[in-house]
Amino acid sequence: MEWFNDFWSTYSTLVFSVGVHALLALSIWLTLSCGLLSLANAAFMGIGAYVSALLTLQLGWSFPAVLLAGGLAPALVALIIGAPVLRLSGVYLAMATLAFGEVVRITVLNLEITGGPEGLNGIPLLTEGWHIALILALTLYGLARLRRSKVGRAFEAIKEDEVAARLMGIDVDRYKLLAFVLGAVIAGVAGALNAHFTFFISPREYGFENAVDIITMAVLGGTANLIGPVLGASIITLLPELLRSLHDFRSFVNGAVLVLVVLFLPKGIWDPRRFRGWLQRVKGGRA
Amino acid sequence: MSDPTLLSIRNVGKHFGGLHVLQDVSFEVPAGSIYGLIGPNGAGKTTVFNLVTGLLEPSNGTIEFMGNSLVGLPPQRITHRGIARTFQNIRIFKEMSLLENVMVGMHDHLNYSPAAIFFNTGACRSAEKRARERAFELLSWVGLEHKSDMLADNLSYGDQRKLEFARALATEPKLLLLDEPVAGMNPSEKTILMEEIRNIRDRGYGVFMIEHDMRFVMGLCDRIAVLNFGRIIAEGTPDEVRNNPDVIEAYLGKEDEA
Amino acid sequence: MLEQQLLNALTLGSVYALFALGFTLVFGVLAVINLSHGAVFMVGSYAALALVTHFDAPLWLAILGAMLISGTIGLLVDVLILKPLRARNAPHLIPMIATIGVGIMLTSAAQGMFGAEVLRFPEETLPAGEFIVGNVHVRALELAIVAIAFILMAVLFTLIKRTQLGRALRAIAESPKAAWLLGINVEGLFHVTSFVAAALGGVAGVLIGLDFNAITPQMGQPILHKGIAVIILGGMGDIRGALIGGLFLGFAEVISKAYLSSQMGDAVAFGLLFLILLVRPSGLFGRKLERKA
Repeated sequence: MEWFNDFWSTYSTLVFSVGVHALLALSIWLTLSCGLLSLANAAFMGIGAYVSALLTLQLGWSFPAVLLAGGLAPALVALIIGAPVLRLSGVYLAMATLAFGEVVRITVLNLEITGGPEGLNGIPLLTEGWHIALILALTLYGLARLRRSKVGRAFEAIKEDEVAARLMGIDVDRYKLLAFVLGAVIAGVAGALNAHFTFFISPREYGFENAVDIITMAVLGGTANLIGPVLGASIITLLPELLRSLHDFRSFVNGAVLVLVVLFLPKGIWDPRRFRGWLQRVKGGRA
Repeated sequence: MSDPTLLSIRNVGKHFGGLHVLQDVSFEVPAGSIYGLIGPNGAGKTTVFNLVTGLLEPSNGTIEFMGNSLVGLPPQRITHRGIARTFQNIRIFKEMSLLENVMVGMHDHLNYSPAAIFFNTGACRSAEKRARERAFELLSWVGLEHKSDMLADNLSYGDQRKLEFARALATEPKLLLLDEPVAGMNPSEKTILMEEIRNIRDRGYGVFMIEHDMRFVMGLCDRIAVLNFGRIIAEGTPDEVRNNPDVIEAYLGKEDEA
Repeated sequence: MLEQQLLNALTLGSVYALFALGFTLVFGVLAVINLSHGAVFMVGSYAALALVTHFDAPLWLAILGAMLISGTIGLLVDVLILKPLRARNAPHLIPMIATIGVGIMLTSAAQGMFGAEVLRFPEETLPAGEFIVGNVHVRALELAIVAIAFILMAVLFTLIKRTQLGRALRAIAESPKAAWLLGINVEGLFHVTSFVAAALGGVAGVLIGLDFNAITPQMGQPILHKGIAVIILGGMGDIRGALIGGLFLGFAEVISKAYLSSQMGDAVAFGLLFLILLVRPSGLFGRKLERKA
């Protein structure tokens, strides 16, 4: 157990980060699975982080209640902006959610209660490993169930062809809103968990770069199923650590990996369709 | 025949800006029959389908389905009322399996709650199981049951049409709109499809189709309307339409030359 | 005091416009949100600096060299990355993510080569001189910046409005497929557009580097955000809109910094953008741009 304690004291933050990033990647996976290219999830994460941290610091709420509020607050915001924003599609939606993200970031930067650019300090370290593990497991289970239900099929149908989906009797606007809001809940809870193990949060953690990072994790890993985003989140979180020896050039490798994956693995690293293709070729060879 | 009217289109017009695509179009599709809409390219046939399914709104006139107006309803509500369609340029969900494609069509008829999904309750499981069985049944009906796990993208053109057909039936329509159902099919496939469409009619569904293949239309439809430059120029049984001088001039004449 | 601010605003706004012009050109013609445009801007700045300090190049030559270098990067990105993505008809999210990767690579490379600290042009290489018009101090440098920006924009506008090349580009912006059917060399023009857009971005980088005389590997990030803001404001893919939007943002920024808190100005700007997108996705000055597949 000695080695484990050593390992844990050095790397627990990193392991926690993998878990939180996996949640974020899953949150964007959900919106992408409905064909929505949203860059708002970093902002939703930020709202979750700030609301939960403030509830802990100012009102002393219990941790479960704080987590719940961290999920519900961004959901409420998503519900309000969802109806008008989701009328847009493609790059316009991406740009609108990007602008929304900037509004949130700059607002947080300027409010008294959020501590302005210095952020919030001294957030109690309440998050434990099993919290993240449990919530990640619940999220994975819930999303897996969703995929196999009429809701998951409706999302997929909307992603592929909105008009055809409508004509199958699917209320496209409602389902888009559902994907958007559920994505906000997951991102918000991830933010709340994150705030309670990093001790400190500031507006710069929830900007454009972070929104892009979140999307990158999902696309890198692959969005065909739930394994992809988790894999992508792990890679993006661990890669900089593994490349520590490269110093200044380590993010160069990060960028290069991104470009190479996009070029040569169009569906991300985890692509069941490619695997199935291999399998069929093996079978076909035998038949 | 005293079949009630299923779909009734009255004095419908549609214009985009100054361009009149449809003018004063009226006809009725009775239940339990196959109704054909023919006309030269650009006559406005697909526009009629788009108006009926709610993808477009008429500029004037009324569209009623079983006595209730459809004008202003969003497409999913119209599907809910019992109208399904296929597309001229097939619109299946290519990244989904055949079975999933058909199950999307059953969306409206699966009534389990979000909680039931999460906790995987018995009600949810059995509803999904029934849906899968029904989807399989529909797929075997169009002869695709052995490909149910394949991705729709990998299907041949003819098979994609059949899949779209099965998916439309999955919505449990009372009226089925088919936009050029036999385009790209070989003669034997056409014969089979003709049988299938008759089958559907005999079960009490209404079928309303746009088709270019004259032999197919004349051999299958109970009644036909002819659209030319956005106006109905003839309406009646295949024989009446065939012998209508306006139709011969506007449409069949050209067809013979080609 | 106000006149002085207006001059600052004009300087800043004309550089924003120049930057946004390349950005919007790529979106209009290639239908790609090129998120490496900010990094290319930064590369232009470093390229000019390196030419001036290591090769003793005069400033005008350094600017030309920076255009060539950043343009070449834009061209390479198109040929090596965007072209294969077009060939396989990747959904629009994919090229955008690829350009994010390019941006990260360029930023990291610059940091590795030049370090993270702020670099400056040597004082003697900058155009000296300052004169007073009324009660406004006009630096020769500012005048040069505005002049260069407007000359380049004028050239681009003439190119697009008056020449065969421009007509071809506009045809592609309408529909690449139709343009191809008309016999236009679409791929070739995609390359040309990428080169020109990146070259403009690079010059904008030099000009900002000169204006603030501060060059860092991260300098592309804030301008990228502003570029996005400008093309939303001006209408995505609309070059006239990019010009107006760029100037507008320059003025809005300088004025709000002078009379409000510097940060709240940004919030107002992005809040406004957000609203514009909801009400008019095609931008404030943009015509409705619906691209046919």
